[in-house]
Amino acid sequence: MSKSFPNADTIHRYKLANGITVLVYENFSAETFVINGVMRGGAIAESAEKGGLSAFTAASLMRGTVTRSFDDIYEQLEAVGADLSFGSGRLLTSFSADALVEDIDLVLSLLADSLRVPTFPAVELEKVRGEIMTRLHMRANDTRSMAGLAFSELLYGDHPLGKPVSGHIETVATITQDDIVDFHRHVYGPDGMIITVVGAISAEDAVARIESALGDWHTPDRVALSAIGAVHRPDELVRTHVDMPDKSQSDIVLGLPGPLRSAPDYLDVRVANTILGVFGMFGRLGKNVREEKGLSYYVYSVLTGGLLPSPWTVRTGVAPHDVELAIDSIRAEIRRIQDEPVSADELADTQAYLTGSLPVSLETNDGLASIIEDLELYDLGLDYLDNYRDAIYTVSAERVQQAAQTYFSADEIAIAVAGPQRSS
Amino acid sequence: MTNATTKTILDNGLTVVMKEMHHAPVATFMVWYRVGSRNEKPGNTGAAHWVEHMMFKGTPTIPAGEHDRTVAREGGRFNAFTWLDFTAYYETLPSDRIELGLHMESDRMINAIMHRDEIESERTVIISERNMYENQPLFHLREELSAAAFRVHPYHHETIGDAADLATMTRDDLYGFYRRHYAPNNAIAVAVGDFDSAEMLRKIEHYFGDLQPSQPPDPITRTEPPQKGERRVTVKGPGNTAYLIAAYKAPAATDPDYYALAVLNSAFAGGGSLGFFGSSTTNKSSRLYKALVNSELAAGVSAGATPTIDPYLYTITTVARPDRTLAEVEAALDAEIARLSMEPITQAELDKAHKRARVEFIMSGESITNQAQLLGMSEVVAGDYTWYETALERVGAVTLADIERVRDRYLRSDQRTIGRYVPQNGAV
Repeated sequence: MSKSFPNADTIHRYKLANGITVLVYENFSAETFVINGVMRGGAIAESAEKGGLSAFTAASLMRGTVTRSFDDIYEQLEAVGADLSFGSGRLLTSFSADALVEDIDLVLSLLADSLRVPTFPAVELEKVRGEIMTRLHMRANDTRSMAGLAFSELLYGDHPLGKPVSGHIETVATITQDDIVDFHRHVYGPDGMIITVVGAISAEDAVARIESALGDWHTPDRVALSAIGAVHRPDELVRTHVDMPDKSQSDIVLGLPGPLRSAPDYLDVRVANTILGVFGMFGRLGKNVREEKGLSYYVYSVLTGGLLPSPWTVRTGVAPHDVELAIDSIRAEIRRIQDEPVSADELADTQAYLTGSLPVSLETNDGLASIIEDLELYDLGLDYLDNYRDAIYTVSAERVQQAAQTYFSADEIAIAVAGPQRSS
Repeated sequence: MTNATTKTILDNGLTVVMKEMHHAPVATFMVWYRVGSRNEKPGNTGAAHWVEHMMFKGTPTIPAGEHDRTVAREGGRFNAFTWLDFTAYYETLPSDRIELGLHMESDRMINAIMHRDEIESERTVIISERNMYENQPLFHLREELSAAAFRVHPYHHETIGDAADLATMTRDDLYGFYRRHYAPNNAIAVAVGDFDSAEMLRKIEHYFGDLQPSQPPDPITRTEPPQKGERRVTVKGPGNTAYLIAAYKAPAATDPDYYALAVLNSAFAGGGSLGFFGSSTTNKSSRLYKALVNSELAAGVSAGATPTIDPYLYTITTVARPDRTLAEVEAALDAEIARLSMEPITQAELDKAHKRARVEFIMSGESITNQAQLLGMSEVVAGDYTWYETALERVGAVTLADIERVRDRYLRSDQRTIGRYVPQNGAV
């Protein structure tokens, strides 16, 4: 079996006249395909008063189009066992679909219909609103979600990153059909969209079908996204607590604004974060908080690294009486990775993990599509995977320490806890 | 590119199932033990799951924490899971490193130390895991529902175990449980991926062939007596979202009715129909979705059976919209089940279920880790990996008459347990 990674020779890249970039990677090992897509536009384009509008719009795209009713759409999709769904993030609205290759025309037709000519029937919007409201009520009773929500508000304040993409019960209640129709008209469009196809279809065939479905999509009313303001790091330890008295455990989120994916030292901080809270069973944090102290079932750190300064976070859930010990233990590990160079063994292990895990990540169509989309979205170059190994192995212990000092902090950090009692 | 699956039983009783897949330079090695929470008794509930945790806590040659670091260092993924009928471990690695998985699994099959200090440290981790589940309303509801549905059979309790037992179980309890159940004759080794089967079998014989078999574990004698009437449980807790679960007694995986019930579910409720890992599709064109969600009573509904050794449950789970009552949701559910008799599943609905099953089958087999899971699960619950491999033929053979037969046999109110989560508005 060949070990070659997808690269400029095997990823077929096309640019449609209306600004859509299409990437195709042929994989004939099964009679299936996946299509992933990202469109520029998301919660960033909604006002605070209409929080959740972007997510509401994405959730309503398949509720009826000029040619199909809600029932038609799902009857056709589910009759062939295909999947198609849309979702909104802060900056991007994304979609993904999978099906047998024999059903690709149907899937592309439903995709194009939903993106281009949704009708947002009022009766259907009320059904969607009811489902969103139920999920928001469920969120309010979930310690992990509430700790994350409180953390974002504490860290980012009024910045768009401080607001939940799904909105609030009060804001979703005010969203009207006109709001949704306008959002779709002004935010949705082909320019800047990236579509990735992986599966048992030739590149020429795939791009011809996408051209046919979306090539003549034009959106003259689309408005450019406004620039996003800078985020500020806290200059002291800031902390908040969400009181949820009847819960068995408290959830904790600590963190700071993280690096952009385009940051020149992104791989340095990725290695640092992997050593801190990922490698093996949750890295150094897992060894300290789970293995040695037995405080928690999970404790890990997450580096997002996208197009926005999304947070770098550490997350754990512990018994309410262990909250302070868990926070102290995590802060001690953050200090240690800032104050001392990582050992040669730890660095070598992590480099081996980050490079060696690529074949496993690239095994399925989903995995391939996700990584190929990243190459385009973050402008990494189609040969990135071929050069990735060398890039990881040039990261030194000094660079890891420098990145930890730049992006992490034990003392100037935001901490949110959701659970039974205020324990500070 | 894909060769036939093979099955071999070594002299010491280890079942070996292998399947070559050469689409990517990756391989998975799993070991499945025929032990789960089904093998526990009051006083040691949660033992199977706790032992699973202890398998990462060291042997004389691989110290605690070294297992996960070693696999990660080689670019691999690992995990373990415990369920009603089984405990399973896997490593997915670049195929030229798969031997590492064989080495580590053979080592911990017999050499786990389970030091008293490590048991105590892990006790709090497992209690923390249980607390994490307890934060979820549906965990409480499912726990009470299983306890009501199974008065005698050990499917009565959750795999995580009862809090009382997690507080009191000793090292001797856990080590004894391990020694009784971890042996080659109670295990299945599954290898899937980019390797040569003859060479893989030689390696498995090298690492496992010398391990000694043990006395077979005790058979499960506590058969559940027939249910004689509907049972109902109510759980109150924080939040303001209400949930309803209807759980019907369902056939074992090997029962000829199992696949007919799976097809009935696909036609009636949609979604992942076969109970396989890793498959998920929407169910918005199903009868059940239209009756409960499209009618704006519920915000979501899902349903399905789980393949198990002994008869278990077919469950329908719904979450009510905040402005609706559980009584309204339950009435709509009852009406829709009654409609299955007045307006039986049609040939068109059956055809759709067949096509969906075909897609689900193909998708579920795309990843080698999934393939290994399906083969291993089939060996445990049905004693035969072909239970999964012949799924499409079995699904295809299901007729409308079969669907009406299983409807009448299983979807009966006197054979069900209704669970209601009634929110107390505490946390909103």
